[in-house]
Amino acid sequence: MSDFLLEVEDLEVHFRSSSSVAKAVNGVSFTLNKKETLGIVGESGSGKSVTATALLRLIPNPPGKIAGGRILFEGKDILALSEKEMRSIRGNEISMIFQDPMTSLNPVFTVGNQIIESIRTHRKVSKKEAKKAAIEMLQLVGIPEAEKRMDMYPHEFSGGMRQRVMIAIALACNPKLLIADEPTTALDVTVQAQILDLMRHLQDTIDTSIIMITHDLGVVWEMCDQVIVMYAGNTVESGDVKTIFDRPLHPYTWGLLDSQITSDSENEEKLSTIPGTPPDLREPIPGCHFADRCPYAQEVCFSKKPELIEVEEGHTVSCHFQTKEKRLKRKEKAYHG
Amino acid sequence: MGKYIVRRLFDLLPTVVVVAIIVFIITRLIPGDPAAVMLGPQASVEDIEALRKSLGLNDPLYLQFFHYVIDLLQGNLGVSLTYNEPISHLIMERFPNTLILAASALVIAIFIGIPAGIISASKQNSLMDYAVMLVSLIGVSMPIFWLGVMLVLYFSVNLGWFPATGMGSMEEGLIPYLKHLVLPSITLATIPMATFARITRSSMLEVISQDYIKTARSKGLGEFWVVCKHAFKNALTPLLTVLGMQISMMLGGAVLTETIFSWPGMGRLIVDAIDKRDFVVVQGTVLFIAVIFVLVNLFVDVMYKVVNPRVNYSSSKGGTK
Repeated sequence: MSDFLLEVEDLEVHFRSSSSVAKAVNGVSFTLNKKETLGIVGESGSGKSVTATALLRLIPNPPGKIAGGRILFEGKDILALSEKEMRSIRGNEISMIFQDPMTSLNPVFTVGNQIIESIRTHRKVSKKEAKKAAIEMLQLVGIPEAEKRMDMYPHEFSGGMRQRVMIAIALACNPKLLIADEPTTALDVTVQAQILDLMRHLQDTIDTSIIMITHDLGVVWEMCDQVIVMYAGNTVESGDVKTIFDRPLHPYTWGLLDSQITSDSENEEKLSTIPGTPPDLREPIPGCHFADRCPYAQEVCFSKKPELIEVEEGHTVSCHFQTKEKRLKRKEKAYHG
Repeated sequence: MGKYIVRRLFDLLPTVVVVAIIVFIITRLIPGDPAAVMLGPQASVEDIEALRKSLGLNDPLYLQFFHYVIDLLQGNLGVSLTYNEPISHLIMERFPNTLILAASALVIAIFIGIPAGIISASKQNSLMDYAVMLVSLIGVSMPIFWLGVMLVLYFSVNLGWFPATGMGSMEEGLIPYLKHLVLPSITLATIPMATFARITRSSMLEVISQDYIKTARSKGLGEFWVVCKHAFKNALTPLLTVLGMQISMMLGGAVLTETIFSWPGMGRLIVDAIDKRDFVVVQGTVLFIAVIFVLVNLFVDVMYKVVNPRVNYSSSKGGTK
């Protein structure tokens, strides 16, 4: 058995409509060690959330379908498990928190009920014990007067507090892996920082691995050990955080980094953007998916798909001009539009 | 909550007063002379005049209304012109029959319509979904009188399984009693059942794509619990509105169903009363039905709060927060 907690190999997720198939995830591979945090970055529609949802086999079918690849969780092939076995993993060994805490809690049940339900689904404990555990969870995620708040409904909580409740639900059974799908996107900046702090603290407390899905590179820098950069259903670059920030190689990663606001950005300076939009995944694309928007693209990029190759240890990139032998020179302000 | 119910019960008063006035006026506007109808075509003008006088029909309208209100305040709905019995007796005699019919129809409608809607929504675009939607479309479009007659033709006349008309009595035993109930209940249940199925489906479809359903699945809950607990409770609000309307209508007397099956309920009582120009009965029964409507609506409003904690009745205006 491998040492990895999670191994994803060539994952493919397709969404079928009456006339076409959209390849939302197209051969994504990565590994995750125990207690490690992996960031999956990319813009909307890059397939990062679909990848995460596929890990729990929660892709709505139809129209979605995991069309290929392998997902090994502690050596178990997730895709080969029965639905019943899968349910015993969801919320127990792998948990998930979602982007919008305003909509991801059920409005008609009390917060306590929703945490207790999570505990009692996987643990054979009495209602009383589950309630005690739920109160402890609420205290752990920093909700004051936890006992009183158990009987309150989600609408009586603020956004940040609701996300804390979501985290309490997700961590109620001490999962080995927590998938956080843009957990701070819908929150105020100050609350974002609190939630990230909380997640980091809890990761240390309960020794869980985290997959952090985000489009915010700041969050990746703060939280993650490893990063994969996704574009249009493909991995375009991956490596450890320091490498990706210090020596990014893919033009898309450059674009993402350029579009960040940094503390030394000048007031008058225009924010960089990557012009254009991601390609329509229902259409066959013979070349590099990013070629249309890439300021460095040449003829070969439109006709041949680049392989994902390891250019240095632990650092992979998928670009015709970034290989062990040759390097592309990064232009200043290539994305200034 | 308790305060809210008390306040709503007080709100009942103006509603009842307005209904009383409207019913009083309308029954006086119906053409035809009750005295003439009661005495039949052979009666002499003098006899009719004498009867009109004894019934107080010659009094000016305001005086008639005054007497009517005084009686109402004493809890007296009046005495029927044709049955010669107090209206309250007539209602107490007929209403339980309507209640039995409505309750059994409601049970059928709820226990078939709602699960059908749930299954249909959770298997959207499947053969099952199409089948449920087709059947429910036929259900809502079918005229009750036609359906009733067809059921009688097939199950009573051809097969002889169930009696065609009338309401059995418990003295004959439970089975014959229930047999009398089957066809009228099915007839009365058809439209509500189809309506429930359609409303449940559309409401469930809206809920099932929500994030909290994804959360419920990601917790490891089985699909049955996800749908029946997490989705259904959220989908209940629009269903309650329709449920309230259907219950009110059924309790008000299913005029067509009761007529087809000669069911001695409120619906028949009203139709007969209109036929015989017995406006005292019409007045009393319509007023009674109005009160039932208001009470059922109050019940539905309270249920909104039970199923949806976001409904806030504590503010002066009520409504949702």
